[in-house]
Amino acid sequence: MVEAVDTRAEPAGATNGIGAYLVKHMREYGLLFALIAIMVFFQVVTDGTLLRPVNITNLFLQNSYIIIMALGMLIVIVSGNIDLSVGSVMGFIGALAAVLIVQWGLPVPLAILACVMVGIGIGAAQGYWVAYWKIPSFIVTLAGMLVFRGLSLWLLEGQSVGPFPQSFQVLSTGFIPDIFGVGRPNVTAIAAGLVAVALIVWLGVRDRAHNRKYGIEGEPAGFFIARNLIVAGALLFVAYKLSTFRGLPNVLISMVVLTVIYAFLTENTTLGRRIYALGGNEKAAKLSGIKTERLTFLAFVNMGMLAALAGLIFAARLNTATPKAGFAVELDVIAAVFIGGASMSGGVGKIVGAVVGAFIMGVMNNGMSIMGIGIDYQQVIKGLVLLAAVCFDVYNKQKQG
Amino acid sequence: MTALLEMRSITKTFPGVKALDTVNLTVMEGEIHALVGENGAGKSTLMKVLSGVYPSGTYDGEIHYDGKLAAFSGINDSEAVGIIIIHQELALVPLLSIAENLFLGNERAARGVINWRETFRRTEELLRKVGLAEPPTVLVDSLGVGKQQLVEIAKALSKDVRLLILDEPTAALSEADSQALLDLLLELKSHGVTSIIISHKLNEVRRVADRITVIRDGSTISTLDARTEPVTEDRIVRDMVGRDMAHRYPDRERRAGDILMEVRNWNVWHPEHSGRQVIHDANLTVRAGEVVGIAGLMGAGRTELAMSIFGRSYGRNISGEVLMRGEPIDVSSVDRAIAAGLAYVTEDRKTLGLVLDETIERNITLANLKAVSTRGVISEARETMVAEKYRAAMNIRTPSVFQKVVNLSGGNQQKVVLSKWLFAGPEVLILDEPTRGIDVGAKFEIYSIINELSAQGKGVIMISSEMPEMLGMCDRIYVMNEGTLVGELTAAEASQERIMSLIVTD
Repeated sequence: MVEAVDTRAEPAGATNGIGAYLVKHMREYGLLFALIAIMVFFQVVTDGTLLRPVNITNLFLQNSYIIIMALGMLIVIVSGNIDLSVGSVMGFIGALAAVLIVQWGLPVPLAILACVMVGIGIGAAQGYWVAYWKIPSFIVTLAGMLVFRGLSLWLLEGQSVGPFPQSFQVLSTGFIPDIFGVGRPNVTAIAAGLVAVALIVWLGVRDRAHNRKYGIEGEPAGFFIARNLIVAGALLFVAYKLSTFRGLPNVLISMVVLTVIYAFLTENTTLGRRIYALGGNEKAAKLSGIKTERLTFLAFVNMGMLAALAGLIFAARLNTATPKAGFAVELDVIAAVFIGGASMSGGVGKIVGAVVGAFIMGVMNNGMSIMGIGIDYQQVIKGLVLLAAVCFDVYNKQKQG
Repeated sequence: MTALLEMRSITKTFPGVKALDTVNLTVMEGEIHALVGENGAGKSTLMKVLSGVYPSGTYDGEIHYDGKLAAFSGINDSEAVGIIIIHQELALVPLLSIAENLFLGNERAARGVINWRETFRRTEELLRKVGLAEPPTVLVDSLGVGKQQLVEIAKALSKDVRLLILDEPTAALSEADSQALLDLLLELKSHGVTSIIISHKLNEVRRVADRITVIRDGSTISTLDARTEPVTEDRIVRDMVGRDMAHRYPDRERRAGDILMEVRNWNVWHPEHSGRQVIHDANLTVRAGEVVGIAGLMGAGRTELAMSIFGRSYGRNISGEVLMRGEPIDVSSVDRAIAAGLAYVTEDRKTLGLVLDETIERNITLANLKAVSTRGVISEARETMVAEKYRAAMNIRTPSVFQKVVNLSGGNQQKVVLSKWLFAGPEVLILDEPTRGIDVGAKFEIYSIINELSAQGKGVIMISSEMPEMLGMCDRIYVMNEGTLVGELTAAEASQERIMSLIVTD
């Protein structure tokens, strides 16, 4: 406007070459390599048990509810809040499902719908206090944690209720039948793996083209290829392993679909962008015309819905609702999100990171259990891993200044 | 008379910016030394070097204090030898008493148990010295800014101050409080306290200063001696800006069109203290292509007026009307105000204007995401094109629009905020202190952008505490005092004196 564009660089981390790129994106690669390293480690120390088809299937079944809640928790944390109640809510919804289906004999689809609606209602109730009354989410959801823990006990009268009918168990323990009719190996599973790989590569290539077009400093070509080869190899490996067992678990499909939806929502939509802005600087977001209260409210509504879903899947997997269900699960979920690179102060974090974070926790749980490490040591090790991951984040951030 | 402090060839660089370039400053024992210069000239940086906020080793040059080479590695070191700095933002804990604040971190205690008798006795003694008649148990929160300033000075005295540094001490004070503060400085001087006062108010500088050092763009321009002969304000201003006043503001063809926006009978109450009315019956108009100023002291209610109009972002029980081209518009929430054609560029860009950890691109599109998305899905390509367009148009200096704004200089950050609001397509822009904390070159660019907007027929409301800037840029100036618009002056009528007299005679 006043003078010709001056291209003099502002102070910023100068990035030259592969080394500098790696330093700058240490967190993303670090997470992926950490997962791989942990898997290789446990594969070796468990004499190959970790990656047996049946155990891979178990890994997905065991961690599905954590991953599903991590999706919602990421959004809550990015918006600058926290939800401590998700474990209790999950347990409460499982209890509710048991009462509705087992004791009242309600049809399964109707009961599922009712449970999800109740989950949404719980999220709305907590979100209301946080968003419109500005009560710190820590307090509101700490209260919620106690309330719903108590309500599950009351609903179940301190007893376990079960078993569920087959039509409900399928939610968690069902498998996608092989549409190609081969059965074993399950061709559908392999085909799904191939499609997923093709999609990931295609999206990656498209992204690179966009970056080149606008002169954004992209990933060096070698890295791009290596990263995609690793991811593709891992996906095909898992797909093949699953195909030699019972094929694709239903839960895996729900998980993948939800992950894709939420990744798209957070990264490509105005809604997602506004949530990041809200977490990054609430006052600035508000003065930019963003309805910050409503977004906070919606983040909790969404969390409630996902907690309900997780509760249903968990109850279906155990085939019974117990008053203990979901105890301390919120801590695993929150840990997964922070290991995945989200920031306590809000505005930072990715869906994919949260999912990988949940898998890191999951593989460690599973691997240590196979090794026969006691629950006491497991907790200690998980705690230290969480601390290390966050220290790594803070260190990285300070270095970049 | 000997030199208490000598700063020799101080050079301080931040990544990409040379904030101080071989600055020299000599302060004599027992004098009041004024440090003047424009915002961003480097005064505060120099004081941070002196007080050890930037520790020894992070800058080049030498500091000699009391005849010895000093190497402060933190603020504790400088305080230990009697250098106390009082910042513009007061560092008092509002919900502690005066006595607790005075001895915070320096408690009168034996083995961790506070000796309250001693504390109160000493507090009363110190309060007497600064002329404050409040009891020591009063909460700082309940004092006005002027009295809080005095508490800060009392706190400095409690630490056996030898060199007192005051950063814009009177910026937020009323005329009477300012006079009292300046009198206190002279009083302290007679007791042998040396002080450095940073101020924009040249009349105050002339009143108390023995010598005046002018800093511009990180360099010492001159040190003027006011004891032998009076220094004129013109002389100081010339050194401060380095050119004649006439060329500080780009020319604009002034032609105001029809009335664009009108605010009628605007009343606002304080958001927490329900009995306190902050804005009294404000009426103002903005014509197309007109730059309208709102002058006033800090705390006069200008920001409150602007923010209450912009989507009720401030205050409660707001009443009154806003009209755009004669039609009433809905400004009951920020998004409605934006939709009705308003934009507000905040005075506090870091906490209210930008998402610092986000990229330039994402900050620019934040207030108008609709324009870069289809059914809620953002088009990255469109977004990048928009960002690139504004980078070129506003001359934002950055290697790429994917830089985080936290890495930009103040001037470039301000251009990002302006870009955000221009992209929202407003008819009337409210600019609150648009050039605060940015360097002279960037200021000129911001002024040029304002002129461009006016040429496009947009209305601009400008709030600024820098009087010359208001006089140089505005077609018409409203004067505000204690929440009331007390007068209106055209560019031809307006002068610093007339604005001040409107404020004072109210």
